Amino acid sequence: MKNQRQGLSRRSFIAGVAGSSLMMSMGSLVSGCSSDQASKALASGDLPKVFSPNIWFEINGAGDVLINIVRAEMGQHVGTSLAQIVADELGADWSKVSFKHVDTDPKWGVMVTGGSWSVHTSFTLLSQAGAAGRTIIIDAASKLMSVPAESCSAERGVVTSGDQSLTFAEIIINGDFSRVISEEELAAMPVKAPAERTLIGRDLRNLDVAAKSEGSAVYGLDAELPGMVYAMPLLPPTRYGSKVNGIDESAAKTILGYIGAIEINDPSQTVQGHVVVAAETMAAVLKAVRAVSVDWTPGPTASMTEAAILAEGVRLAADPEAGALFVNEGDVGSAKANAASTMSATYTTGTALHFTMEPQNAVVEFDADGKCHIHAGNQWQSLILPYLAQALEMPETDIIIHQYYLGGGYGRRLFGDQMIPTALAARSLGRPVKLIFDRATDSRFDCVRSPSVCTFEASFDGDGMLSGVDHAVVAGWPTKSMAPFFIGPGIDGKGELDAFSINGSDHWYSLPAHRVRAINNGLAQQTFLPGWLRAVGPGWISWGVESFLDEIAHQQGQDPVALRLGLLDGVGKHAGGEGSTVGGAKRLAAVLKDVSQRAGWGRDLPVNEGLGVAVGHGQERGMPTWIACVAHVVVEPSSGDVTLKKLWQTIDVGTVVNPDGAMAQAEGAALWGVSLALHEGAQFANGEVAEQNLDRYKPLRMSDVPELDIVFVDSDEFPSGMGEPPLIPVAPAIGNAVFAATGKRVRDLPIKLI
Amino acid sequence: MVNFILNGEVVGAKSDADTPLLWVLREELKLRGTKFGCGIAQCGACTVHIDGNPMRSCITPVSAVEGRSVTTIEGLVTPVGEALKSAWTEAQVPQCGYCQSGQIMQAAGLLETNPSPSDDEIVNAMNGNLCRCMAYPRIKKAIKTAANGGAMS
Repeated sequence: MKNQRQGLSRRSFIAGVAGSSLMMSMGSLVSGCSSDQASKALASGDLPKVFSPNIWFEINGAGDVLINIVRAEMGQHVGTSLAQIVADELGADWSKVSFKHVDTDPKWGVMVTGGSWSVHTSFTLLSQAGAAGRTIIIDAASKLMSVPAESCSAERGVVTSGDQSLTFAEIIINGDFSRVISEEELAAMPVKAPAERTLIGRDLRNLDVAAKSEGSAVYGLDAELPGMVYAMPLLPPTRYGSKVNGIDESAAKTILGYIGAIEINDPSQTVQGHVVVAAETMAAVLKAVRAVSVDWTPGPTASMTEAAILAEGVRLAADPEAGALFVNEGDVGSAKANAASTMSATYTTGTALHFTMEPQNAVVEFDADGKCHIHAGNQWQSLILPYLAQALEMPETDIIIHQYYLGGGYGRRLFGDQMIPTALAARSLGRPVKLIFDRATDSRFDCVRSPSVCTFEASFDGDGMLSGVDHAVVAGWPTKSMAPFFIGPGIDGKGELDAFSINGSDHWYSLPAHRVRAINNGLAQQTFLPGWLRAVGPGWISWGVESFLDEIAHQQGQDPVALRLGLLDGVGKHAGGEGSTVGGAKRLAAVLKDVSQRAGWGRDLPVNEGLGVAVGHGQERGMPTWIACVAHVVVEPSSGDVTLKKLWQTIDVGTVVNPDGAMAQAEGAALWGVSLALHEGAQFANGEVAEQNLDRYKPLRMSDVPELDIVFVDSDEFPSGMGEPPLIPVAPAIGNAVFAATGKRVRDLPIKLI
Repeated sequence: MVNFILNGEVVGAKSDADTPLLWVLREELKLRGTKFGCGIAQCGACTVHIDGNPMRSCITPVSAVEGRSVTTIEGLVTPVGEALKSAWTEAQVPQCGYCQSGQIMQAAGLLETNPSPSDDEIVNAMNGNLCRCMAYPRIKKAIKTAANGGAMS
């Protein structure tokens, strides 16, 4: 999958480069979210000469560098990190660098922001793009200075050769840009050695932070178009299969500015049974949405409960015929047959919400040419565009998604389902529509993290040595509902699985025999839209893997750190390969050793306190971020309340492009792990999430924040990803710490002792 | 028509008297720095100052501010406000940033009444403001920086 993604990006890049060594233009329209300088540079209006060696950036006659960011900004400051990569290779003056988050256009290739992929998948591409720009600028500068190109260097926006120098601005204005980089040259374009980097690895200020600190950053919910009307949705009792029998508008018709209630008929069937209420003003629609009543026949899951979904997971895990093979190393059957003893456990996780603080919204307008303009923050424009095309029965190329800042993503905005009723309402009304979900409707049709069930059976030989682990994972699969082209067969070619919902089970421990089955929970799939929630599969799978390993360690009388270090031998398939996997399990062992030393692993603690350990390795095995985590908890014996005193993490993500930004991601993701372990949790009841607002759904607050001690390994290895991985080991580290404190094994997430 | 002082200027709101102040600010008066989060005063994204006190505009009917002074993030130009915005940038607080207007308005209310809050006092004042990105350590750090006159502690 990753190769396919990179291939698509690569092809689009080359297409964008061909024959465009110099563009005489004012660049592209700035809209949505752009850093301040971008707007200023274009607003100045007197800089007609713009050098754009490829689609990724342009330099104007003032030497301002404007970088196009295809990835969504949702808190990770991706624009700054990606701009650092381009600007470093380009030799740009950072004070003249700005960026814009671009709208959809086929030239960008696949537009997706998720999986902690952005830096990892863009690093080589953007480094080479920057290097290509530097090569052309140096070529032009060398002619202006009548020196060989080989004698020139570019740094901080100045090309220098001996005692001569020219600024980028001078070169852009006066230079001859006849040098063209061929596709072959670009693909082979050398990039800087780590020691030569000047911007990568520096704590540069994130270029979006100032606007976000003064209320001027523009999010999707802030979008406005002339003549727009306001709308709010009325959602049916069930996500699927509900039918509108009738709409009673009588009480709404007296509301000044009321326009009407529109039954949404979505040919793509992505949204079913929706009604959109529209009015001239926000004040009116707030009243109208309460005044309109809709009679629905609910779909078949109207009485579904959390318990029933989990029970179905347990049933499926016990069915040896269910699911598809994801890992099959050694002979688990033989290990079981020859076992002197076995140990089994079942781990579960409950429903969890994204609860983005900015609820779902969109503004949609059809222009005079019939093109559909959608204004909203989105993480996976390339996914929703085909759905929109089907829903609107118009070509994808006539639909443009204008990007905005995302008021939280965490995977929720990988699906832009809210765009569909907005667009259908806008077409029905013949006017631009701004659709706003209120909090409860946002929660009800959130694409939640599915309840999950993991079962484990460990086999031990006659010497008490671990001889095999059999693991089954059952959950609702996001990919099956939203991106079925990602569903693939099991490793034996049989069945089907969603790799994103089984990642993490293919861990880096050497086991004599290891089998993993991925099983889809059909009841989950029918009841709700399973979503990608920050860290996705490993977020629920590592809870079981790392907790069960702790159980094995205690059963064998081994120290949990020592047991892990013994299994992280880096042998065979765990030796690693190229890119982020260099070093393999040995890098995981190294962070584990470091964190256990820093946390004082093995020290005596007061009664009711304990330390727990767990590791994580990112999401996909081909893109590991090596993390080890120790949690220190205090358990109040009578109430069962768990207080997390301190959390340690050691993280090896390879090259860190922006260390302070990476630290912010680590802090946030680790605290998400705490929140999911101890504070959050929802339950399906009557076919929908019962906890729809903060009166019942309780994410972590400032008072719940533990002391954090997070360090990065100093590394020049290829960069991996940061947005999600630090979440992964937190819950099992806490659960294992609870066991150390109390002797009570926790197997259900969120953790509730009493 | 409800008349009130918004960021130092007299304004008249045409929305019905029971319309939440939040939506009057955002959609009638087009000041969109104040955010909608939960609608039940539990997240703090909509926090504004009414006569200098941090209040949740999502549950405050516009009629309640008749003749009163309302300050939003756009109008927070007091020394405390400037110190907070500067500290927010210094500590690189915002991630997605959506809650930060409310966080800053809440923090400004704290520092106006308690210029040197303890850690516990910061937590007590800020605990009603949800940051879904969980940038809490940096929010706390920035408040302490602002309280100390802008010097990084």
